Amino acid sequence: MTTFKEIALKEKRIVSGHTMCPGCIVPPIVRIILAATDKEVVAACATGCLEVATTIYPRSSWNIPFIHNAFENAAATISGVEEAYTALRKKGKIKKEIKFIAFGGDGGSYDIGLQSLSGAAERGHDFVYVCYDNEGYMNTGNQRSSATPYGASTTTSPVGSARKGKQNFRKDLTEIMVAHGIPYVAQASPSHPFDLFMKAKKAFEAKGPAFINVLAPCAQWGIKQDEAVEIADKAVKSCFWPLYEVENGKYKINLKPEKKISVGEFAETQSRFKHLIHDNEMLEKIQKNIDEKWNHLINLEMEK
Amino acid sequence: MKTKIAMTGAQAAAEAMRQINPDVVPAYPITPQTPIMETFAHFVANKKADSELTRVESEHSAMSVAVGASAAGARVMTATSSQGLILMSEILPIASGLRLPIVMNIVNRALSAPLNIHCDHSDSMACKDFAWVQIYSENNQEVYDNTLLAQKLAEKAELPVMVMQDGFITSHCVEEVEILDDEEVAEFVGEYNPEFSLLKDNITYGATELPDYYFETKRQQADAMEKAKKEFIEVASELSKLTGKEYGYFEEYKLADAEFAVVAVNSSAGTAKEAVGSMRKKGKKAGLLKIVLFRPFPYNEVGIALKGKKIAVLDRSESFGAIPPLCAEIKNSLSGEKVQSYVYGLGGRDLTVQEIESAFDDLMKGKIDNKTKYLGLRE
Repeated sequence: MTTFKEIALKEKRIVSGHTMCPGCIVPPIVRIILAATDKEVVAACATGCLEVATTIYPRSSWNIPFIHNAFENAAATISGVEEAYTALRKKGKIKKEIKFIAFGGDGGSYDIGLQSLSGAAERGHDFVYVCYDNEGYMNTGNQRSSATPYGASTTTSPVGSARKGKQNFRKDLTEIMVAHGIPYVAQASPSHPFDLFMKAKKAFEAKGPAFINVLAPCAQWGIKQDEAVEIADKAVKSCFWPLYEVENGKYKINLKPEKKISVGEFAETQSRFKHLIHDNEMLEKIQKNIDEKWNHLINLEMEK
Repeated sequence: MKTKIAMTGAQAAAEAMRQINPDVVPAYPITPQTPIMETFAHFVANKKADSELTRVESEHSAMSVAVGASAAGARVMTATSSQGLILMSEILPIASGLRLPIVMNIVNRALSAPLNIHCDHSDSMACKDFAWVQIYSENNQEVYDNTLLAQKLAEKAELPVMVMQDGFITSHCVEEVEILDDEEVAEFVGEYNPEFSLLKDNITYGATELPDYYFETKRQQADAMEKAKKEFIEVASELSKLTGKEYGYFEEYKLADAEFAVVAVNSSAGTAKEAVGSMRKKGKKAGLLKIVLFRPFPYNEVGIALKGKKIAVLDRSESFGAIPPLCAEIKNSLSGEKVQSYVYGLGGRDLTVQEIESAFDDLMKGKIDNKTKYLGLRE
């Protein structure tokens, strides 16, 4: 059984010196995931916070082979790397075993990169795709994406006299990836790092495409630098962000909160929701959505 | 040993690809490119090529896969047309910016709107400034030869290369093509072992460069394109030894003593040769300059070849609100010669021998001005 100490002592595959915001949870997420295999890894990354802040020439925080192509094509790019690996191994030009992983934010995964991700998953390449979901276009200054939750205030879904934040419920990318019938799909959170580590391990070991959606609370949600983990924990405990995995079609909920906290308790920690706190109608609407999805998930777990 | 086989331009491209035997071929269908990938897919299905054929969900992903695979050290080829090329266009400057030697056959087709599947050069001409080498082909034989040349040039120059052929006119018409032996081609292109690759080196591809470095990187690309001119000739002379044919930046057809010259690319050069022949029969000193290498453009050499002549440039694409692309480069090659710009054949409209003769007539009558004229257009 791996311990935290062992994970911490592993060679860092993403190293410090990058320019991510103070307190950003994304580098620790990446570090934990990359520690989950001892095999060599090649990483691709979509344009976004993680890519821009870790690769400013002539420095790079990537201690492994890394490629950034464009915003919407991290999945297609890593599938090309994996195809090259298959071809060159067949010809005897590469002997070692290599794992392939792509990282994208929610913009690069839920929105502009959805087609590329779907195509690569359907083709069955042996790769892991990680979406670090900070629920908006944070690298460009907090614009709404299809991962932004209902009611959240962003610079393109602001709170005004006529409209209060985003008017649509978020897209469920995890379920979209389950629908691809790929071997492994999981939802994870940095509040539960060991769960994240184990999921990454399973994802690397799966034969074929694997997808992990990781919640990444961001300073632009209106939180303090040291609050990301705590808020991620509330997201899990309110069932706003359930921890679950789907292995070869079989659902497993990894954490069933003993006492589910209300969405209000989660929302009040972030200023992007501050207009909701006294809006019972909106809060009830969100709570209803969370409850329905949670119950649906429990049913899915029982069915399969 | 050379074998003569009747094949279409699309099949000629696929045959060259089979002999090059790339590691990875991302493929997405589009008319009139589709028969290249269909032919190649049959080669793969019958083990006549052992490439990984990646049947992607769009041309954008085709070029994205190409970039990933090439950065991983694979030899990568693909093909497209028209809207497909334009959908790829976001990734084209990334391929060249990362200095990846991807080779792509382009079957030239008009751009929408209005939708049109027939030939013109609006697609590849729109991509002329993406730091891809561009080679144009008159006929099926040239498609084959240029694809071989492109592969070797790309890897030598560390630049991606596009090889153009005319949609339907070349891609779907059967001609006799002289094919080299598989072993000769394998030896000509050699093993591909790039200096760096994602599978062998701890390297960061696609870094962010701020104003302190970006400019120098672009300058290196400009230098590489300039250098590719010389490398084109070096590779061409190697290919010459195998095929016995001559290759250059352009072909001069009855040009040396010509007083009047037309300039064209791709299949219209064949039509122009007919027109030149017919003018010569009438005792007129007509000639043709057929551009083969459009990027990098051989300004000095073109300037020398056309010196002192009256010139008609035939463009199969518009540059709306500006001088059409081929004509602009010809004008930039010259010092004072009179040049008449013609646009013809958009959306696949035929260009006739008589229309080219009418352009020669204009030159002979001194009807040359700065306004673009149109051939075969109802006005």
